[in-house]
Amino acid sequence: MTTAEMTAAKGASLSRKEKWSRRGPLLPALIFTIIITQAPFLATIFYSLHSWNLLNPGSWGFTGLSNYADVFTDSEFYTAALNTVIVTVGCVLVALVLGLGLALLLDRPFFGRGVVRTMLITPFLIMPVASALLWKTSMLDPTYGLVDAVLGPIGLGGIDWVGEYPMASVLAALVWRWTPFMMLIILAGLQSQPRDILEAAKMDGASTWQTFRFMTLPFLRRYIQLAGLLGSIYVVNTFDEIFMMTQGGPGIATTNLPFYLYQRVFQGFDVGQAAALGVVVVILTIIVATFALRAIFTAISGKEVSE
Amino acid sequence: MKRRAGGTALTIIAWALGILFVFPVFWMVLTSFKQEADAYTDTPTFVFAPTLDQYKLVFDSGLGPYLANSLIATVVSCLLVVAFAVPAAYALSIRPVKGTKDALFFFISTKMLPVVAAIVPIFVAAQQINLLDNVWALVLLYTGMNLPIAVWMMRSFFQEVPAEVLEAAKIDGAGLRTELTKVLLPMVAPGIAATALICAIFAWNEFFFAVNLTAINGPTVPVFLVGFITSEGLYWARLSAAATLAVLPVVIVGWIAQRQLVRGLSMGALK
Repeated sequence: MTTAEMTAAKGASLSRKEKWSRRGPLLPALIFTIIITQAPFLATIFYSLHSWNLLNPGSWGFTGLSNYADVFTDSEFYTAALNTVIVTVGCVLVALVLGLGLALLLDRPFFGRGVVRTMLITPFLIMPVASALLWKTSMLDPTYGLVDAVLGPIGLGGIDWVGEYPMASVLAALVWRWTPFMMLIILAGLQSQPRDILEAAKMDGASTWQTFRFMTLPFLRRYIQLAGLLGSIYVVNTFDEIFMMTQGGPGIATTNLPFYLYQRVFQGFDVGQAAALGVVVVILTIIVATFALRAIFTAISGKEVSE
Repeated sequence: MKRRAGGTALTIIAWALGILFVFPVFWMVLTSFKQEADAYTDTPTFVFAPTLDQYKLVFDSGLGPYLANSLIATVVSCLLVVAFAVPAAYALSIRPVKGTKDALFFFISTKMLPVVAAIVPIFVAAQQINLLDNVWALVLLYTGMNLPIAVWMMRSFFQEVPAEVLEAAKIDGAGLRTELTKVLLPMVAPGIAATALICAIFAWNEFFFAVNLTAINGPTVPVFLVGFITSEGLYWARLSAAATLAVLPVVIVGWIAQRQLVRGLSMGALK
């Protein structure tokens, strides 16, 4: 029986005072988080119902839902939403597959495993702004970049990757940064796999592929799911790579919702409209996140039941 | 025999991929020791006379205050996160009552809200209370940004503590304070370190709030990198030196503490 179960069993018979003394330690964190994360959002809702342009102090006034109407009649909004989906799904899926592959490679002992793992972790530690710079200049530059130097001899030289394939360029930098994150979580899963069962499977004559397909993969499912969900939470908010590599362009080819919103606030200075856009983005995210959170809790409670 | 050959092949593939993933970083460091002329060669070159000129130029252009701001924002926000998250994780795991599961759900759900959606009121509020262009605004925001993840991770570490240990402490007559400082905290200390490490990485690398809320007095290292491009044009070697200095602290700490890093990420996700 775990600590949590024991105390939960006792929890039913606690006095009101005892319950509050137990909740007490939670309150500072709870209150701080509410103030920092929820208060601004409530203010965002309030602003979204008003017209307010920072460059025009006299512009304040209640406008009802007209800011929302503006959001939904703006075609750029739909492009930005679609780009957000492409960036998130594309990056998370590719990083997951690569991460799984790398984790499997690292799960067996070999010469220099620690060094290889250190090398593979590095992109996750790199400041995203520096990573974006690195990709835009040293990697993808059409004349001096390393990619050009490698692909030039096979007839793919002189391509302005960021200019001509902006989405693919951003995705390359993002996948590079997030693959190690996926690998770390899946590797931890692999290493917590009970070895004796794998041994037994081998004794019973299961092939490597069979063991992987029918034992390792189902065991890893929760880890893969959670790596994907955690990754999505962060990738959906991608801003740094887009700001540094493409500024959302060319045109709006790589403008995702976070960058679009940023432009609205800091270039348009139209607080009311930006706020309405923010509320819409949050609602969209909540819809997606509800499914994600449900999956997390199914995974967690599934584990508790099985133990 | 066939098995051994297959193993060698896998080892070579692992090494090749490891080198491939780290190569852009290696290249950045290499470029930082070049003269600008060596950085712009049509075929990228490995052969050049190394120089520290670029690092000197970066420091002369005033990296110092940015480093100081980043250090304040990272260290203070991490201390605050630990101070808030340890009691919260304790309440959520060792002595949970009805409603704590909801609190856990709430903490995770805040990570799903896009930060950009809150930037308008945060900008206005910072302006009103005179925290615009002030590193302490970043300290507060980074604490808020990392606290939910920290509570979540630390709870999983607290749950690892066997109930018997706490029962034994109680039978021995340990009060709440002794139970906390003598029994619990030493056992979860590695977990707290892992959590703090992950929060530090996110705080040091954070860009969105930093670039939008600070300008002259409070900007951090990522803002320095951006400003460096726009004010100086694109000097690759110098930029590489600046970027190398910017990523160095986190990369070194991350390399040293990679075991904790793996543990923190996977435990936070799955316990």
